[in-house]
Amino acid sequence: MSGEDKRALIPDEPDDAAREMYDTKGVMKPRFQVSSGLTSEIVSAISDEKGDPPWMREFRQQSLAVYNETPPPDWGPPLDGLDMEQIITYVKPDARMEARWEDVPEEIKDTFERLGIPEAERTGLAGVGAQYDSEVVYHSVKSEVADLGVVYTDMDTALKGEYGEMVRQHFMKILPPREHRFMALHGAVWSGGSFVYVPDGVEVTIPLQSYFRFNAAGAGQFEHTLIIVGKGSSLHFIEGCSAPKYNVANLHAGCVELYVGEGARLRYSTIENWSKNMYNLNSKRAVVDKNGIIEWVSGSFGSHTGCLYPMSVLRGEGARMDYTGITFAGAGQNLDTGAQVVHAAKNTSSRISAKSISKGGGKSTFRGGITVAREATGCRVSVSCDSLMLDSRSRSDTVPVMDVRCDDVDIGYEAKIGRISEQAIYYLMSRGISEDDARAMIVNGFAEPISKELPLEYAVEMNNLISLEMKGNT
Amino acid sequence: MTKAPLLQIKNLTVAVGEKLILRDLELTINAGETHVLMGQNGTGKSTLASAIMGSPAFDIISGEILFEGENITEESPDKRARRGIFLSFQNPEEVPGVTLENFLRTAKGAVTGEKPRLMQFKKDLRVEMERLGVAETYAARELNVGFSGGEKKKAEILQLLTLNPKLAILDEADSGLDVDAVKTVSEGVSRFRNEGNALLIITHNTRLVEGIAVDRVHVLENKKLALSGGAELMRRITDSGFAGLQTNPDAPRGAPKGDTQ
Repeated sequence: MSGEDKRALIPDEPDDAAREMYDTKGVMKPRFQVSSGLTSEIVSAISDEKGDPPWMREFRQQSLAVYNETPPPDWGPPLDGLDMEQIITYVKPDARMEARWEDVPEEIKDTFERLGIPEAERTGLAGVGAQYDSEVVYHSVKSEVADLGVVYTDMDTALKGEYGEMVRQHFMKILPPREHRFMALHGAVWSGGSFVYVPDGVEVTIPLQSYFRFNAAGAGQFEHTLIIVGKGSSLHFIEGCSAPKYNVANLHAGCVELYVGEGARLRYSTIENWSKNMYNLNSKRAVVDKNGIIEWVSGSFGSHTGCLYPMSVLRGEGARMDYTGITFAGAGQNLDTGAQVVHAAKNTSSRISAKSISKGGGKSTFRGGITVAREATGCRVSVSCDSLMLDSRSRSDTVPVMDVRCDDVDIGYEAKIGRISEQAIYYLMSRGISEDDARAMIVNGFAEPISKELPLEYAVEMNNLISLEMKGNT
Repeated sequence: MTKAPLLQIKNLTVAVGEKLILRDLELTINAGETHVLMGQNGTGKSTLASAIMGSPAFDIISGEILFEGENITEESPDKRARRGIFLSFQNPEEVPGVTLENFLRTAKGAVTGEKPRLMQFKKDLRVEMERLGVAETYAARELNVGFSGGEKKKAEILQLLTLNPKLAILDEADSGLDVDAVKTVSEGVSRFRNEGNALLIITHNTRLVEGIAVDRVHVLENKKLALSGGAELMRRITDSGFAGLQTNPDAPRGAPKGDTQ
């Protein structure tokens, strides 16, 4: 469908049931879960339960040691509400990983059906993965894609199977546990996530999708996504996340590691829609070889506190990155998002286009981190950041950080912060459109450059989420 | 033919902040009539248009606005639009990310209570766009974003014809247009006009209303309609300006013209 048609799908009436759809808790009882808090015994128990190979067993324990000696970050939004002693790091659903949807237990199937996951698969995806709490319960990949040598599986299968060595060579190599406390935590207790390998010279023309559904209260989620795209290959990977609402804090500290080979192209699209008790401290990073392209499309909704700054390391000459993202911070939310790029080679280029919306006292911060190495001559950087505040209580900040170590570089930076135009609302109302709809229309219009980058069903979902957020009177 | 009052403005006093713009203004427009509102710059013509539309930027100090006999003085603009009031803006707002077509279809659905079917709507819209000389590609353009002054005015007339209101107020729909564009806009306005609806046209010159039968002409001065008359008043003003006018505060202000057409 064309971009034009997508826009026609801005909902007339946001569905009241829609927020409920995400907030409804599943009734599934876990088969196994560790006790809350974090000790060497708990980490061992996770290893035992998962049947980790020895190197991973050791990796977890080392990461735990790093975690214990690393203080929490001294910048960014406050994390006081997050008590690690209360977080359950591993909740295994009472289900095996299935390859046939029919075999997934009813309760879990119900949850995903409500979210439209199998439907999405029927309507044009090359493969689908579904994770429930800490483990993946379903994975399938279309045979024509598998026949090209494309591997799309859950991380456990990859770790223990024929790609175990490849996993070992790449796992937490670009997101090392030493980097910060939550990466260390991830290294210790990670579970679930997806592994994708696209061999050299393969163009995957239809997207792969993973959906993460976190159901347990007071739990931490630490899925690991590892994607390796070979020379000259291309892939579009879509990640969707949601969680029901509980009154206790939940923590999400996933890791996404992306390897983009020479001349390869990877698009990584995410719509994260967390419940408003979630601390979303997610880490994402890509390394891009010569003439490779990484494209990030990111929508951040929900969560209590969010810290998310996908980084692209352009290490090969002529590598490119493109980031398009939107953040919506409503009442009680502090969303700290942005993008980072390291220009480590000649003639690399990056474009960051970030938008944020804040409403009802919500706080939205954009952090742009640009590093240009001394040898990275001839590179081009363009950063634009556009914030829309829907009322005077809300807050929007931009924090650009640039570390440029060579002269021959072309850098553009533009930031705009504005209020929603009362004149525009009046104009739309003068055409019969109600005030709420007029506001939603303007905000959806503001978000349009992002939604047009998303696959249709995600664009519709995003428009729905915006309309839902707009309806809230706080 | 008996004419029913469509719009009745009684003793309307309007201010913006501390500043009084209109005082005790009276105006009645019947179904089937075309009124022209003239006056020097800054006399409050746009304020009157905004007050009728319900702009939140102005305060109604006293008086009433009735539409089809119902008091709408306190109503929000969207409700007024759904009753059949339309304002063609002098400087239409730009709304990024919202396409002209999607906006119009949403608006049409809002005023009629039923969202038009996509394919039929597209077809009808294309026909009207062609008549107005608006390139087809504009349907997918963001509303008024990057439109030239003339394109914005044409887009307003396109909205008028799509929404087909009962009362259309055109606030300088011809300003800044070249001769051909004024003709196109004027023809569009003529297509809209029928026995059941009415027009209030704010303009500085006669070109826009050539080919449109004008029933009443009003001159806004000193915060009220200082002078009202027939179509000939308009010619007098365009020939000799406002300075030569004998404004008479006791002149019938916007009184219904009677049955003659």
